[in-house]
Amino acid sequence: MDFGPHLFVASLEGAITAAVLALTAVGLSIVFGIMRVVNVAHGEFFMLGAVIAWWITSLIAGHPALGFTVALIAAPIIVGALAVICNRFVLHKINYEPERTIVATIGLLYVIQQTTLMTFGPEARPVEAPFNKRIALPWFEFGESGFALTWPWGLSTTTYKLAVIAAAVVILLVLWTVMTRTKIGLIMRATQLDQEMAQAYGIAVNKVYALVFGLGAALAALGAVLVVPIQQAHYLMGDDPLLLSFIVVIIGGLGSVPGTVLAAVLIGMSDGIISVFFTPTLAKILATLLVAFVLIFKPDGLFGKRRE
Amino acid sequence: MNQAARSVVLHGLVIALLVAMFFVLPEYHSGNLARILVLAVFAMGYNVLFGYTGLLSLGHALFFASGMYGLGLSIQFLSASPMLAIVIGLITAVVVSGVIGFLALRTTGVAFMIVTLMFAQAGFLTVLFFGKYTRGDEGFVIQRAQRILFGVDLSQPLPRYFAALILFAICLCLIAWMVHSRFGKTLVAIRENEERARMLGYDIQRHKLMAVIISGTMSGAAGAAYALLFGYAGASFAAVQYSILPLLYVLLGGAGTTIGPLIGTVFMFYLIDISSEYTDAYLLIAGLALILLTLFAPHGIAGILRKKLAWLP
Repeated sequence: MDFGPHLFVASLEGAITAAVLALTAVGLSIVFGIMRVVNVAHGEFFMLGAVIAWWITSLIAGHPALGFTVALIAAPIIVGALAVICNRFVLHKINYEPERTIVATIGLLYVIQQTTLMTFGPEARPVEAPFNKRIALPWFEFGESGFALTWPWGLSTTTYKLAVIAAAVVILLVLWTVMTRTKIGLIMRATQLDQEMAQAYGIAVNKVYALVFGLGAALAALGAVLVVPIQQAHYLMGDDPLLLSFIVVIIGGLGSVPGTVLAAVLIGMSDGIISVFFTPTLAKILATLLVAFVLIFKPDGLFGKRRE
Repeated sequence: MNQAARSVVLHGLVIALLVAMFFVLPEYHSGNLARILVLAVFAMGYNVLFGYTGLLSLGHALFFASGMYGLGLSIQFLSASPMLAIVIGLITAVVVSGVIGFLALRTTGVAFMIVTLMFAQAGFLTVLFFGKYTRGDEGFVIQRAQRILFGVDLSQPLPRYFAALILFAICLCLIAWMVHSRFGKTLVAIRENEERARMLGYDIQRHKLMAVIISGTMSGAAGAAYALLFGYAGASFAAVQYSILPLLYVLLGGAGTTIGPLIGTVFMFYLIDISSEYTDAYLLIAGLALILLTLFAPHGIAGILRKKLAWLP
């Protein structure tokens, strides 16, 4: 393949990474924004989403779309419920104190990951996509006969991959509408601005926290269910999304949802493209150093506004 | 007895007990104890920053690995003598902790934790990136002939145990002394109330930087000792687990106490050792311990002891 089509395929793959990353990172971002909780176990909620999706689809016989649809609804709910339990019996008990919360969520990370290893096992397991039609993509050329469309070999995508991108956009738009146009969104934003004042106005802050923590985990699980037909379920698959979500949330400005989405698109797209030019390890080194230096020199993120 | 005398007696007893242990315990356990002593030095280094200064780092694996690779690579590629290699390992740890401290201390709280985590992750990936020299995850073995220090063969159980014990004793004495020094008391003042310490005219940044360097160097010394005594350096020692382990040791044993790190390391080491006989998922124990400790015993074992014995340093 020539450079042009190659880059086109890389950016399509990048768009899928970006779509899933946006969902996962927005989950992390609202938890940090509203509860001020740095959830190190976020990647494990992602992993659980994928593992539960595998489990559900393996239980339901018949057309793959049936099992997948059930998984798409049930997995985020199960993971969200589990997160609510973790919130109630761990984070709530330590009063969301920042440093103890991080230590406790590191503990949760190991507990969830290792329990999955004991039950689900160390293998990677595939989930069949509900539909998966290959689409050949055209590429343009200026040949002797002027402008012409060609279909180079290998330049293709699948309907499912395009559907993942579309689904992520829809989910984010719904979330955005809920956050800005509904009463529950208003309550969340009020809690984010001033937790004590919200409490004084009769908002049940504890319930809001439980809801937000569950929602954050459910978003990660949703991203995982969408990506599992492309990626396979594995008990260590939460590590990379965790690191990438951290990078995205920090670069986008801690707690800012639009900044997070913008950064997810930037990082997701460039991750695929950078990997074409650098080795993946070097790309990761540069990304982690970028996060460290952004936090040191521009603590509100590249797109964040100064917070008082 | 006054405080200083009590401290001398207590720490003297701990060291005497550890000397006796070698002759009492069967070989398997005394071998473990040598490892525990080196890891306890790591935990003591971590405790300087976390327990006494109140700064929670998630990146101490980087300092451990600096000592380990400073020593290991200089033996491997410069054919340095063990003594020279130890010095190079320590210098590497001083430089790395100085640079990381200088940068990371511009942040506080949660940001400090994430910045140290990211730097350590970058360090781990760097070890993998230069896999040609470090041999990445697989690691490399330091030959027995290269581990003879002052004519003593450190690959033998007895010299190995006492080398570990000497390093441990030096660090324990340094910390016991530091706790009573002006410098140590200033660190505790910063931990308890940073603003007040600043108002009283202490140079907070300089004290914190010194704490990071002392902490990082002690962790680096542990890393160098680990490579020299057990003859192996590998990327897994730079991975995030090795940043979490000292935190776990210190939390379990008791942050801000002199003997807490040793107690925590002994308990955690055997907890993981025993559970790994039954399951591959032995990190489950580490996770449960972290959650239960933050929930029910944030001051650790030595912290509970201290409630009964208020004089415990």
